[in-house]
Amino acid sequence: MGDNLISVNNVSVNFDYQENFISKKQKIHAVNNINIKIKKGSFFGLVGESGSGKTTLGRAILGANKISSGNVIFHDDERDYDLTNMNKQDLKEYRKKAQLIFQDPYAALSPRMTVRDIIAEPLEVMKITNSRQETDERVRDIAAKCRLNIEHLRRFPHAFSGGQRQRISIARALVSNPKFIVADESVAALDVSIQADILNLLKQLQTELNLTYLFISHDLSVVAHVCDVVAVMYLGHIVEMGPSRELFKNPKHSYTKALLSSIPSIDPENKSKAIELKGEIPSALNPPSGCVFRTRCPDPSDGCKQGEVEMGLVEVSPNHWVDQCCVNCN
Amino acid sequence: MSHLLEVKNLDVKFDTDEGRITAVENISLSVDQGEVLGIVGESGSGKSVTAKSIMKLNPGNTSYNEDAEIILDNENVLQFTSKQDLKKIRGGKVSMIFQEPMASFAPAIKIGAQMVEQLLIHKNINKDEAKSISINMLKRVGIADAEKRFNQYAFELSGGMRQRAMIAMALSTMPKLLLADEPTTALDVTIQAQVINLIKDIIKEYQMGVIFITHDLGVIAQVADHVAVMYLGSVVEKGPVNEILKNPQHPYTKGLLQALPDINNLDAPLSPIPGNIPSPLDRPTGCVFRTRCPHHNPEGKDGKIEMKLIEVEPGHWVDQCGIQCGQNG
Repeated sequence: MGDNLISVNNVSVNFDYQENFISKKQKIHAVNNINIKIKKGSFFGLVGESGSGKTTLGRAILGANKISSGNVIFHDDERDYDLTNMNKQDLKEYRKKAQLIFQDPYAALSPRMTVRDIIAEPLEVMKITNSRQETDERVRDIAAKCRLNIEHLRRFPHAFSGGQRQRISIARALVSNPKFIVADESVAALDVSIQADILNLLKQLQTELNLTYLFISHDLSVVAHVCDVVAVMYLGHIVEMGPSRELFKNPKHSYTKALLSSIPSIDPENKSKAIELKGEIPSALNPPSGCVFRTRCPDPSDGCKQGEVEMGLVEVSPNHWVDQCCVNCN
Repeated sequence: MSHLLEVKNLDVKFDTDEGRITAVENISLSVDQGEVLGIVGESGSGKSVTAKSIMKLNPGNTSYNEDAEIILDNENVLQFTSKQDLKKIRGGKVSMIFQEPMASFAPAIKIGAQMVEQLLIHKNINKDEAKSISINMLKRVGIADAEKRFNQYAFELSGGMRQRAMIAMALSTMPKLLLADEPTTALDVTIQAQVINLIKDIIKEYQMGVIFITHDLGVIAQVADHVAVMYLGSVVEKGPVNEILKNPQHPYTKGLLQALPDINNLDAPLSPIPGNIPSPLDRPTGCVFRTRCPHHNPEGKDGKIEMKLIEVEPGHWVDQCGIQCGQNG
């Protein structure tokens, strides 16, 4: 398995849903039959609209959501962890190696703890360090890497701006020396000037600490800038996946094309109309049969309109995968 | 020609426990009929406070300066004190679209009832007429099944649909000025594209003046005719959208553009603006941007240069300290 860090094999996540206590129990198909491989040292991007299952997939890979079927394997140096079949001891080990950076730096930090305590908490909970001195050393070390000053450590989060808070969250995620980081919309709540700073920091830490990222975002221009590989999700399915340059230069799926054309251009003279997708993302309670995108596809083939085409990724050029239905649509 | 809206020398200050905060200082702006003025800036730059001043919606601890004027349709809004007068602007001549449509609709009242209520307040019509105006407006903004949606609650609508309903509600009273405060920020890109197109069509159709507040320069490029760039309560640069985005003069405007990831130019490095936005409690004297300016001149750095907009090209105004700094870098 050499260079892969994470293999996601046929993973589906369903949630039970019951509108009220007398109505029928239903299933929400949040994530359907996903296959991805995340290479060691890569910056893997996951894009899609809200409700497409990006966060659910990210959480499933961290073992924070129950996986309904399929499995996720984490390839560590010495051994593999199978997330669907893990005992408590293994899960504890895994948590040290895979961490999460949250979206909102205002909600993610406890207002009653000093920055030092916030960053040190994972070390104490996971019993990684043996003495207070050792903990302090690790905290100072990671804080310096995340460009926080030593005197910041004594203060409380309310004294910091959004960008500084996000650096504190990053330091907390990295203090246990993880190998894999899920960054869930980690720059969405920040202003552009600070967003650029945080993205540069994430990139720099990646090379310094040998990290692998799963970067979840709805902002395609951010993803295009930082990620090596990108997967586009729609209603719980991956509809297109490939190296980011190739995918953004040469999008194949109509959904990817529509997403790209919807980014407002910074050039006021370029008022090209976006490919307008009709309607909105359907409910995951009752997804369309066959190709999930067919209800909004601008140009569906006849078979697709009837919902007769099964979903499945096909390789159109090296490492560039597109849903088979859409290959026929255009 | 007189403008639809003219804001002159506006200061807005808030009295808080920690002292008096200057949220907006010496702002002058104007909007004509059928024109879109975009206001951009980071969070805390005073964009929303400026817009809310126009409807006098700022909280009770707000104080405006004596010589400020907000002239809307030849009347000074700041002098309005009676409920009767304020009603004329709030929802009458001026309507506002907010960022989070879920938070702006009352959750326990049907959408239709809310739309009818405001029409009854501002127009001299009966309930049935108000209902038919509302339903037509819902249809106009592209809501399918308008009659059904009219009788639903806000939580039953999706995000994009709620924002459309918000726009329909804001427009149904036929305001002369529309204030749109980050109307697309909470939406997905595909929905954002739909809403932007809708707003552009409607402006053309009804010939109203619009103030469009956003932090997204891409959105500004697509909707606005004129742009004002705000930083820490001051306008540092303003002018026609083409000029500002293609020929920015102020280092802050330049910095914003360089920090933006551009999908057409993936090799360009992302360069953040150094430092953090200062707290409004210790607002720098002189040029407000001097604490973060990468190319400041010695005098500007010491805070000796007053903020003052100077016209560099016809209609393109830049802060005088920023002109010198902009030339340095």
